[in-house]
Amino acid sequence: MDNWQPGTSLAMLQSRAALLATLRQFFFQRSVMEVDVPVLARTSVTDINIESIPAMPYGGSGYLQTSPEYFMKRLLSQGAGDIFCLGKAFRNGEQGCRHNPEFSLLEWYRCGWDEHQLMDEMAELISLVFAARSSQPLAVTKCSYEECFGQTLGVDAHGADLAELQQRAVAASSDSWAGESRANCLDLLFSLLVEPQLPAGLVFVYDYPACQSALAQLHNNAQGQQVSRRFEVFLNGMELANGYFELTDSAEQQQRFEGDIAQRIEAGKPPIPMDRHLLAALDHGMPSCAGVALGVDRLLMQLEGADSIAQVLPFSWDRC
Amino acid sequence: MANYSTNEFRSGLKLMLDGDPCSILENEFVKPGKGQAFNRVKLRNLKTGRVLEKTFKSGESLEGADVMDMDMQYLYNDGDFWYFMEPESFEQHQATENAVGDALQWLSEQDVCVVTLYNGSPLSVVPPNHVELEIVETDPGLRGDTAQGGSKPAKLVTGATVKVPLFLDQGDVVKVDTRTGEYQGRVKDA
Repeated sequence: MDNWQPGTSLAMLQSRAALLATLRQFFFQRSVMEVDVPVLARTSVTDINIESIPAMPYGGSGYLQTSPEYFMKRLLSQGAGDIFCLGKAFRNGEQGCRHNPEFSLLEWYRCGWDEHQLMDEMAELISLVFAARSSQPLAVTKCSYEECFGQTLGVDAHGADLAELQQRAVAASSDSWAGESRANCLDLLFSLLVEPQLPAGLVFVYDYPACQSALAQLHNNAQGQQVSRRFEVFLNGMELANGYFELTDSAEQQQRFEGDIAQRIEAGKPPIPMDRHLLAALDHGMPSCAGVALGVDRLLMQLEGADSIAQVLPFSWDRC
Repeated sequence: MANYSTNEFRSGLKLMLDGDPCSILENEFVKPGKGQAFNRVKLRNLKTGRVLEKTFKSGESLEGADVMDMDMQYLYNDGDFWYFMEPESFEQHQATENAVGDALQWLSEQDVCVVTLYNGSPLSVVPPNHVELEIVETDPGLRGDTAQGGSKPAKLVTGATVKVPLFLDQGDVVKVDTRTGEYQGRVKDA
């Protein structure tokens, strides 16, 4: 076997070790507690676009976790306070120059904070990580989704009707997008046309469309349009993190689970049982909080100027 | 032909797209964290040579194209078709002018070319990277002027015109890179 060797140099391993140490120290100094949660569980996310890797513990059914979110929310509901988790996450079918089916995720929650406070903290963290490498301060930009989208496409992301979005999606790609959902058309247009136009440095895009709320609360923006309190973080045009002002209402959470499961069935995807433990925890009461998950391998790619995730992983999937 | 799903896409894979055989040049997996995955694919239309970019939803599949590259020896041209032979089986294939395309200005009998077969018929022909051809027409040579950088057009026996140094003459044999059409050197003992 020629590929027994790791895909990374010793210098890359040291760089990863230094990054992990910096991340842990940042939270230790701020009294955010590290938690260690399972990566194997009986249920997983119902999200239509995220596939869990099935596992068979004791011959039964289980899944490798796509993020530590549900376990962390159960800890928050018990009163754990501010917490972070730095560990592995798994997503099926995701492999490419920015994706590996197993990857490192940093996720943290701040109780009593909103999403804008959390964005500020993330800017401090990423600036600190880059300060060790470069004397140039990292450029930080904040921009609402409708501003980014409108500037590039001249389309009101929240107000435009579906037919217009589909037409733009088809023009940007192929006929197979003619019947796509609002969320998919927006994602396609954002990925293909808006992302390449984002400024260099760290960019926070907030107030995502309501149809892409995932686990974020909804509110009205200054124009009175309903949007989700979700943000995404881009570093030099690469998606790095996704955060929410977290949904805490268990009834609404259950509705979103049910909506996801219905969509999965309609799309012919394997149904995933909803996580009743999470619903029970929200019923018990989760404190108001903001949370975010950050792709650690991608951060390392940016630090090291790598153009493929395989260059920063000692053993990418092709070597496993 | 088998169907290929986006997760089997890789460069070199031959697929049918809008009725034409295409070859994948680049394949990029794109997926927003919470969004639909898709593949941005750069393909070459093997009939027209045009390069196009398409975006497919991950999980979509396309029909494979019955396309095969094979080394074949060029035999002759009968005025209508160009004939190529498989070296092992001696099976002959006739290629249209359209399929031979730009290769025809470089082809000498017995050259080994890469012939792309589509449903068993030649679709395109790639000549050898380097060919050695005689000059049949050019301005008189300036003997001794080997140092200067000047050049002049020269017509080769196969019909191509290339730029050659001033000292070369009709009857000289030159080596040419067919990918760029550039003169590579004079073949001394022709």
